[in-house]
Amino acid sequence: MEKNSSLPTLGILGAGKLGITLAQLARRAGYQVMMAASGSPDKIALTVETLAPGASARTSLEVARRADIIILALPLSKFRNLPRAELSGKLVIDAMNHWWAVDGPRHDIIPDDRSSSEAIQDFLTDSRVVKALSHMGYHHLHDYTRTAGSANRRAIAIASDTAADAEIVVRLIDRLGFDPLPIGSLSAGVKLEPGQPAFGANLSLEELNQLIRA
Amino acid sequence: MSKKSTKANAKPKYLFGLDSFGDLAALPDGSLMTHAAAIRQVVDEAILADQLGVDAIALGEHHRSEYAISSPETVLAGIATRTKNILLASGVTVLSSDDPVRVFERFATLDALSNGRAQVILGRGSFTESFPLFGYDLRDYNELFEEKIDLFSKLLTEKPVSWSGNMRPSLDQADVYPKTESGRLQTLVGVGGSPQSIVRAAAYDFPVILAIIGGDPARFAPYVELYKKSVKQFGHQAHPIGVHSPGYIGETDEEAARLAFPYFKTAMDRVGRTRGWTPMTRQHFIDEVESGSMYVGSPETVAKKIAKTMSVLGASRFDLVYGFGPVPAEARLRMVELYATEVIPRVRQLLAKEADGKK
Repeated sequence: MEKNSSLPTLGILGAGKLGITLAQLARRAGYQVMMAASGSPDKIALTVETLAPGASARTSLEVARRADIIILALPLSKFRNLPRAELSGKLVIDAMNHWWAVDGPRHDIIPDDRSSSEAIQDFLTDSRVVKALSHMGYHHLHDYTRTAGSANRRAIAIASDTAADAEIVVRLIDRLGFDPLPIGSLSAGVKLEPGQPAFGANLSLEELNQLIRA
Repeated sequence: MSKKSTKANAKPKYLFGLDSFGDLAALPDGSLMTHAAAIRQVVDEAILADQLGVDAIALGEHHRSEYAISSPETVLAGIATRTKNILLASGVTVLSSDDPVRVFERFATLDALSNGRAQVILGRGSFTESFPLFGYDLRDYNELFEEKIDLFSKLLTEKPVSWSGNMRPSLDQADVYPKTESGRLQTLVGVGGSPQSIVRAAAYDFPVILAIIGGDPARFAPYVELYKKSVKQFGHQAHPIGVHSPGYIGETDEEAARLAFPYFKTAMDRVGRTRGWTPMTRQHFIDEVESGSMYVGSPETVAKKIAKTMSVLGASRFDLVYGFGPVPAEARLRMVELYATEVIPRVRQLLAKEADGKK
């Protein structure tokens, strides 16, 4: 196993249910974690310190600048507030889903012919966007981490336009405690969106693979 | 007010409630009860629960065809005049799409009818039908709740209120009636796991009820910690923690699981369709029953699971959602009876035993 100091620093934008859960998993797996919400870091400092000990609360600019990999866990409709310049060149994992309750109608924010992660890539022109950690509910993410090779390990699908970035995310997912399942390009990410069979899936590698290839 | 703070400092008193959304029960011929009959059914169950000593009945506001209760306080008012001791709670009142002044007026009225047994449990709600229905924009989801809980907390002082915001017309020295006899309407906040909601409840000095509807309840232990730390930061005293989760009590574990699965599946899949979830599998159900948040089994099994959750979270209130899905009326009533006569006494016993062990 790699030494912790050699692990990339993870930045999480969004300190809601999903963001906090991912911070907990990342800390458990030995990553350095920085988190930011929309407001000032003081507003989430106690939450972060209590729920994900060891993670630090920062501004989103700082997180974008300093983290090696940035995970997006904010409401999808807020994506235009992302610090585009600071995220340029960075590997950005899109864990967001369209939820009409908070985001409004999908076509108001995402073109009908694009997967939601493609729309994020369209906006973050100079970042490398990969879709992952989006299809499993946050409480399943929390409860179902298992070490590699253990029985009953669950799978997380990854959609990426480049094999190199997919590979980085594969290592991350594995270390967090899930079997990684690359499913192709960002456009294939549409198969993981709400309303698709794989949305909400908390399944083994084989079962998830079947569901996605079906 | 001083009465309230001594209450918070007193030794933990356990409180057990039953929750319903007024699900339409299945009739023997496979059809569903009418909405009206389902409402009367809940009233009958609440009367039985009161007779058998259940501490609280909580009715959730929904605006969907499978649930009969869109106006919990009206049903609670009906229950109020036919019961003696049971606390009459909403679970939850969707404050975001309601008017805080009207909510106060309706619950203060309920409080009068019931001699002080009304409890408002405020929430953002996990459903969204009420927004278009009452002319609210879902995109204001957060701001609506933020503003309205702020106004509601001012109304609870029962003194003239001046308030202004973006989501509702301003109030200038508005006095709202009826006043309660205790001087303070019991108010709690239902929280679904968003850390911000915990911090907000702490900031306004409201007790929280955690709605834990999936996954290992122990996951919420750090949230309880967050609540306690936040309360301290805001200079308040921590209130007792409550938990709300779904369950099904049968005569045996096998019977309960066999009967409950189709009801839970019907209820979950119906919600899931609007949210893009995949249908509930038997494995998912079994996982939830074994290690998650569905309290399904014999009275002994359900009691053990409730005691474990309360102990792990340091909770002093547990509300069981007892008629989840199209559970027939007979089984619903039997569940109220088993909960009151077997589950609650056993949970008290288990918690007392544990407290003794700690001494």
